[in-house]
Amino acid sequence: MANLKILVGCKRVIDYAVKVRVNSTKLAVETAGVKHSLNPFDEIAVEEAIRLREKLGNNVVKEIVALSCGPPKSQEQLRTALAMGVDRAIHVEVGKDDSEATRTLQPLAVAKLFKAIIEKEQANLIILGKQAIDDDASQTGQMLAGLLNWPQATFASKIEISGDKITTTREIDGGLETISSKLPAIVTSDLRLNEPRFVTLPNIMKAKKKPLEKFTPDQLKVDVAPRLENISVTDPPVRKGGTKVDSVDDLISKLKSAGALE
Amino acid sequence: MSLASFTRNSFSLALKQNNLSFSSRIARPKIFQQAIFARYASAMPSLNVLTEEEETIRDLATRFTQEKVKPLVQRMDEDEKLDPSIIKGLFEQGFMGIETEPEYGGTGASFLSAILVIEELAKVDPSVSVACDVQNTLVNTLFRKYGNDFVKKKYLPQLVSEKVGCFCLSEAGAGSDAFALKTRAEKKDGHFIINGTKAWITNSAEAEIFLVFANLDPSKKYKGISCFIVEKGMGVEIAKKESKLGIRASSTCSLNFDNVKVPEENVLGELFKGYKYAIEILNEGRIGIAAQMIGLSQGVYDHALTYMFQRMAFNKLIGDFQGMQIQYAQVATEIEAARLLTYNAARLKEEGKDFIKEAAMAKLYSSQVAERAASKAVEWMGGVGFTREFPVEKFYRDAKIGSIYEGTSNIQLTTIAKLIARNFK
Repeated sequence: MANLKILVGCKRVIDYAVKVRVNSTKLAVETAGVKHSLNPFDEIAVEEAIRLREKLGNNVVKEIVALSCGPPKSQEQLRTALAMGVDRAIHVEVGKDDSEATRTLQPLAVAKLFKAIIEKEQANLIILGKQAIDDDASQTGQMLAGLLNWPQATFASKIEISGDKITTTREIDGGLETISSKLPAIVTSDLRLNEPRFVTLPNIMKAKKKPLEKFTPDQLKVDVAPRLENISVTDPPVRKGGTKVDSVDDLISKLKSAGALE
Repeated sequence: MSLASFTRNSFSLALKQNNLSFSSRIARPKIFQQAIFARYASAMPSLNVLTEEEETIRDLATRFTQEKVKPLVQRMDEDEKLDPSIIKGLFEQGFMGIETEPEYGGTGASFLSAILVIEELAKVDPSVSVACDVQNTLVNTLFRKYGNDFVKKKYLPQLVSEKVGCFCLSEAGAGSDAFALKTRAEKKDGHFIINGTKAWITNSAEAEIFLVFANLDPSKKYKGISCFIVEKGMGVEIAKKESKLGIRASSTCSLNFDNVKVPEENVLGELFKGYKYAIEILNEGRIGIAAQMIGLSQGVYDHALTYMFQRMAFNKLIGDFQGMQIQYAQVATEIEAARLLTYNAARLKEEGKDFIKEAAMAKLYSSQVAERAASKAVEWMGGVGFTREFPVEKFYRDAKIGSIYEGTSNIQLTTIAKLIARNFK
């Protein structure tokens, strides 16, 4: 059985329960003073790494490392991962909290930062969320696989490892697709991969003592300048109220005049 | 009196009357004032400022209540019983030993962390909240503060991980007048024998560890009261489970102690200090009840407001009527005030400062606000507020206990008055 060193991605995103608002620049959403949490798909990735270790044992899964690229406060999300059971964390600090540099950090730059850390750490199984719930880009995992020239299995609903082979199940329109590849590999987690555990209070305290290493993009020699430009961000159109009709005939004529019926 | 001193006195009197001082009359550039303001701002965080650790703990409690507690609230109220998964969950999450030191398996978090967890739990179910409150602020704290190494090592790890504890002080004839208790302890052949009946004991149906206040020497009157650690297996008998108006899922029972034999080492702290321990522990316990009441207030308020911004009347959202705005703005302000009183009392306690008056005020006011908030929420929601389809009627019933347990509102007022009058005598 191969020795596994698992690296998981942990993105700081606006909490799923928050009502998101466009900020005054109209180029991004408001992040200041808004509750943030660990991207739910990343939480699933962290959970899966921990479950793999529980299943395969410490002899196989040697270490689990969490990586976050983002502002200083991303460390809160890394500590959540540490409290869940990750061994140590790496933070690549990009920009200040709620800064332009943080807002314009794009998947390609993140993939490059991951590549640099993976090469440094010699990690051989990378589990990322299939997408982050803020920009819904769903690109980092795929780009990372391209940059590293490693096999990828996206949207995993089941992961199995035997020897140096990884078998991944993904839910597709027609049913289930099974992909098998050699390690090292990159997997991105779907919603139904697992249900993440609750963090317990004593583990939160223990997480404070676990190591958290910090880097900057410069130290890793990665250019994180954005390649894409945001033109504008707007609220979705407000739903307009309908009208009441008196009869079916009335309804049909209204639908016809609206062009919904021929 | 010389003329000079007269002039000086009258001059300073004039200054006082005009509310002026020399320094305030010297104009300062605005930027300088801001610099002073900024310095004070960093030295004195607002009461709502939490540490990152406290925020994480609160978020964890929020998630637990939303995912694990919320689906069971109505059924537990009707069954008059906490679901076993809730007690188990509270232990698994570490909510039953929030302040308890890590060497005993606890979390070792701040007192305010415990307050935040109690508040969060009460937003969804005040019954679950009080189970957590009693374990943390009364039972665990009694052991931690007064227990010797032997009892701490023996019982704290159990209380943190699997066993519910309860605080047995009240009796049928000893409520507010707690030290009129009649339960007796006698020393016999290297044991203590306890006889008596305790009443209205929170958590006692689930409890396996009982902290029992009994008089070892009635000739000393209340100074004979001592605190004994009794395990269920030693012969504690549940005489009667009460059926209640509110917090119905939380167990409240009468307990019989019929020649219960307790080993000599199962004394909490020193003999004859029981009355002191009880008073001191209830002083800080009140902050926990205040937290339960502000959680309840916020919980019921949020339900009502959500409804008021969905339900239309006269082609307008209920929440947009000015008559309603005036009411919910008022209640929100009262909840905020109660929360600040509570957090401030908790911080004072953490800092080792006097907090008895502030704790009594926090409990008194929070329980008053809880009653008002719940009552208003029922009214604001109209017919559905009165039905069991919505949880606000339950909050309304639950709110009433706040003015009764861990010192009635009248007792809080007496305490506050006593501490104020002292400064004028």
